[in-house]
Amino acid sequence: MLRDACAVAAKDLRLEWRSKVAVNQILPFAVLVLVVFAFAVDADAAILRRIAPGLFWVAVLLSTLLAAGRSTAVESADGLPDGLRLSGLDPAGIFLGKAGALAAQLLVVEAALTIGIVVFYDVRIDDPLLYVAACLAGTITLASVGTLYGVLSLGLRVRETLLPLLVVPAVAPVLLAGTRAHERAFDQVTGSGWSWVGLLAVIAVVYVAAGLAAYGSLLEEA
Amino acid sequence: MRERLSTSSPATKVLGWCSLVALATTAVLGLWISPPDVIQGEAVRPLYVHVPAIWVAYIAFITAAVCSVLWLVPRTRNVKWDRIAGASAEIGVVFSGINLVSGMLWGRITWGVYWQWDARLTSALLLFVLFLGYLAVRRTTIEPERRAKRAAVMALVAAANIPIVHFSVVWWRTLHQEASVIRQDLDFELEGEMLQALGFGFVAFLLVYGWAVVHRYRLAVLEDQAEERAVAAAIERRRAELVGAGEVG
Repeated sequence: MLRDACAVAAKDLRLEWRSKVAVNQILPFAVLVLVVFAFAVDADAAILRRIAPGLFWVAVLLSTLLAAGRSTAVESADGLPDGLRLSGLDPAGIFLGKAGALAAQLLVVEAALTIGIVVFYDVRIDDPLLYVAACLAGTITLASVGTLYGVLSLGLRVRETLLPLLVVPAVAPVLLAGTRAHERAFDQVTGSGWSWVGLLAVIAVVYVAAGLAAYGSLLEEA
Repeated sequence: MRERLSTSSPATKVLGWCSLVALATTAVLGLWISPPDVIQGEAVRPLYVHVPAIWVAYIAFITAAVCSVLWLVPRTRNVKWDRIAGASAEIGVVFSGINLVSGMLWGRITWGVYWQWDARLTSALLLFVLFLGYLAVRRTTIEPERRAKRAAVMALVAAANIPIVHFSVVWWRTLHQEASVIRQDLDFELEGEMLQALGFGFVAFLLVYGWAVVHRYRLAVLEDQAEERAVAAAIERRRAELVGAGEVG
């Protein structure tokens, strides 16, 4: 399974490396979201600092929609779902590979967003370990949900509009817990942020398990 | 002669009348017989709609999830489970909507605003939207078998969020009052006529749910039959055209 996962992840990442869609389009879009929000709140430095944790996760969520849509789109053309089915690869491995590749792209976006909130919003990260842990746990969930619902919407004419409707409410707890964890990482509120990271980890486990169990079945019908 | 199609039967008529009587009883109990609350006064009365609506919505969503499992397991796979899951989720979304609207109206009276970003109300909204997504998957125009499988998986994932909705009041501790009837220590908060009105409200909504699900299920059967007949008629027409053109012997 892991070997299959690595092969699929390498394929997806190679595709992205060649097309540069993530770097040339999704990443600038994510940074643009930070800029647009600054316009929306009249570039008030104090407000921007306070809402930076939430804006970070909103930007990541919007980027997830683009990246997950892209990850699904590359598998939908020219009978590629048949190719995946007939490849003999373990469906759980395909899920892990696609989710892993998506997570890797999102982590790159998050790295850029981190620079963005430090530069544009004047945020100071007091607890980098907590910050990174929340990013990792949240990203695993976002990538799993995006991949699972991506295959669920594969081959549908309404895929572009259906995917956000499915993904956004499902990952809303990530937005909530991720924001709370980052507030503590930025030392904006007192208390431990690790309980929120724990919640993020639990949600991640649930969605990875759901993806491993259901992906093959959904791919068969795609 | 045009065939008369109906989703009604003597049993559903009885169920419908029972639902109406139970709803009327709830209205009488909730509006006149139950006393005002010690703290909220007359403003407590939306409780008899708000709480039963979300309980029935939970039951509807759990039913949809259970039927989805029965559809996914090859040994129990039957199209009826898919139809019941779809019908139950649809009615559940309606009750979830009633819960949200009554909650907003109640919030306006007690909090002074229609919406508070507290955990339980927000999570109920998310659950509502999750199942709207489920219904959107059910409305996609692909083969019924493929659609049923995708909807079944979607229902299971959405149902996994129900515990988060219900226990979010404990996890996130916000403005919303504690669970109204049964607290974690299982002590009842409501007593006497208030509890009776709430109980009747729950029974009435449950009867309405049962009545609506039966009708929606039968409507789904009729829809499938109509689609099959339309396809058969189209094939027959095409065959007749080809025979007329001498292409089929």
